[in-house]
Amino acid sequence: MNSQKLKVQQPTAPTRPGTVVEFVGVVKEFSGMRALDGFNLSLHAGECVALLGPSGSGKTTALRVLAGLESTDAGSITIDGIDVSALATSKRDMGMVFQSYSLFPHLSAGENVEFGLRMRKIKPAERRRRAAASLAMVGLDDHFDRFAHQLSGGQQQRVALARALVTEPRVLLLDEPLSALDAKVRVQLRDEIRRIQTELGITTLFVTHDQDEALAIADRVAVMRAGNIEQVGTPEELYSRPATPFIADFVGLSNRIDGLVRSAWAEVYGTSLALIDPSTPDGPVTVSIRPEDIEFAAEGLAATVVASSFLGSLRRTTVRLGDGTILFLQHGVRVHPRAGESVYVIFTGAPVSTEPVGPASVAQQQY
Amino acid sequence: MTGLTANGVAHAPSRTVRTIILGLIGVIFAVPIVAMIEFTLRAGLVGGYNVDRWVALFQSGFTGVYRPVLVALGNSVALAVGTVLIVLLLLVPTMLLVHIRFPRLRRVLEFTCILPITIPAIVLVVGLAPVYAIVARMLGSGVWTLAFAYGITVLPFAYRAIQSNLDGVDVKTLTEAARTLGAGWGRVLLWVLVPNLRRGILAGAFIVVAVVLGEFTIASLLNRVNLQTALVVVSKVDPYTAVILSLLALAFAFLLLLVIGRLGAPRTRTSRRRTNVKGQA
Ligand SMILES: Nc1ncnc2c1ncn2[C@@H]1O[C@H](COP(=O)(O)OP(=O)(O)O)[C@@H](O)[C@H]1O
Ligand SMILES: [Mg+2]
Repeated sequence: MNSQKLKVQQPTAPTRPGTVVEFVGVVKEFSGMRALDGFNLSLHAGECVALLGPSGSGKTTALRVLAGLESTDAGSITIDGIDVSALATSKRDMGMVFQSYSLFPHLSAGENVEFGLRMRKIKPAERRRRAAASLAMVGLDDHFDRFAHQLSGGQQQRVALARALVTEPRVLLLDEPLSALDAKVRVQLRDEIRRIQTELGITTLFVTHDQDEALAIADRVAVMRAGNIEQVGTPEELYSRPATPFIADFVGLSNRIDGLVRSAWAEVYGTSLALIDPSTPDGPVTVSIRPEDIEFAAEGLAATVVASSFLGSLRRTTVRLGDGTILFLQHGVRVHPRAGESVYVIFTGAPVSTEPVGPASVAQQQY
Repeated sequence: MTGLTANGVAHAPSRTVRTIILGLIGVIFAVPIVAMIEFTLRAGLVGGYNVDRWVALFQSGFTGVYRPVLVALGNSVALAVGTVLIVLLLLVPTMLLVHIRFPRLRRVLEFTCILPITIPAIVLVVGLAPVYAIVARMLGSGVWTLAFAYGITVLPFAYRAIQSNLDGVDVKTLTEAARTLGAGWGRVLLWVLVPNLRRGILAGAFIVVAVVLGEFTIASLLNRVNLQTALVVVSKVDPYTAVILSLLALAFAFLLLLVIGRLGAPRTRTSRRRTNVKGQA
């Protein structure tokens, strides 16, 4: 055991600088359906980008075209400036962790990790040493001889991560690697992936539909919608300055309220709120307001408490306004509104994002 | 056994139920075999039993009238090997290709492979006879050419055996994992797919061997000699000896399957693990 630990002390981090990846106008169609529709994204050297989006938005497809598991119909993908479109998957030098458990069932954990090294014709002794070091990195050094069916889901994904990293790939690709795991393991492994990624400085693309996961793990988050990227930014940027209500809704919780834009201000229930995008044209809009940007007050909008739930460090309360509109508030746990209680709420005035009211609802308004 | 418990079969029958089922099946299989043995031991019409016929057969050293049976046995074994090769080299790669790259063709492949079971051998021969006239002109009329016909008749059995294994393995993900790790298609096949499909492939091979060793109709109607046609010839001369030979053929097939099973048996995981744990401590 001790000797193994000592070996692990050697840095496993690749000495080469991180890799740059660039998607330019990538199009991928599946029998007429566009899974990627002019997809653009750059990964800077050594950064972890989370691809966040609802199911079916094309996240997996983006990852798979980068890995070479799917061909592209148009556009280019370059790695360190070199177009890889014609390169076979086996030559792209990517490490990939799949959503489903993907360990080879006929090989032990250690042999699984050795697989990539074996393909690269590394000698057995070195293979074994590096596999052991890689397993140690994910905290499984004493599981070398276990088979997949003897490992928990979380352990299997750890081995898969060790297997993906042992060859020191140029890019690490993770496709919802945590989605099959239970909540506690998910958070643990998520933090561990982040730690390892930072230590190795490996350029990483992390696909997920879970906003918490994306915000926690990534240097930058790219939010996808219908085969395209809607907004890219640091987690802080996305949360505090969502470009559209779709983002506001998807990244964090948001209230969606009917409002009106007039001379670069949004008017909601008689309150004027600053706009994140001041160039928004006048007209009826849907306004997104964060639950923490609504507060209880001595006077303001009259409302009735519908429900209030304790979330550990904070409390979330649902209230109904006089016109029936439902609002969520987020506040400290000391305030404990009771259902049925009459309260007043105000908007704190934080800048908001807006979306023009869709044609359908405009049409409805005309009647 | 380990496989069963490892997969955690939900409502596995109790020990007694299993024993009863096995016992019943054992009896059903044993009755005809015991009857055959009894028949070969009958001492003429007066009753009583002796082993004279067995002794006579072995003392004669399978010469004379029994010689063709040995030759025919050789033919049948060669045919079994040839048919297994056809299944391994043609059916397995085709199934993998369809499974991974052309999943839409799966129904077509399944239908094609199951089809032969719905066609009586005698009907098959009607179609095969003119085909074999051409085959004979091109490749000669050697017995081995029958392997082509058998390759078709065993398709349903081999297909089912391999497909059920294929359904239980996430072939697509394993293949993709191997490819991202640097394996080309050849290595994916040899290092990942074959090891994980070994059980299905072996089961398929078993059934193929069993079917080919027991085949009579096609060989007989196409005028080729195999084990079963030779036994029929002998039985017309000496029914007692024919039954003895049938019993021996049965024992031979049993041994053959046992050997194939041994060759392809998976590395015993438990013993492997034990040695490794010892090595680590
Ligand atoms: N192999 C495929 N064949 C046909 N359609 C596909 C295939 N893969 C993905 N799609 C379609 O492309 C769209 C995007 O899929 P995907 O990239 O898997 O989304 P996500 O990973 O964001 O859930 C979906 O509408 C999906 O149905
Ligand atoms: Mg997906």
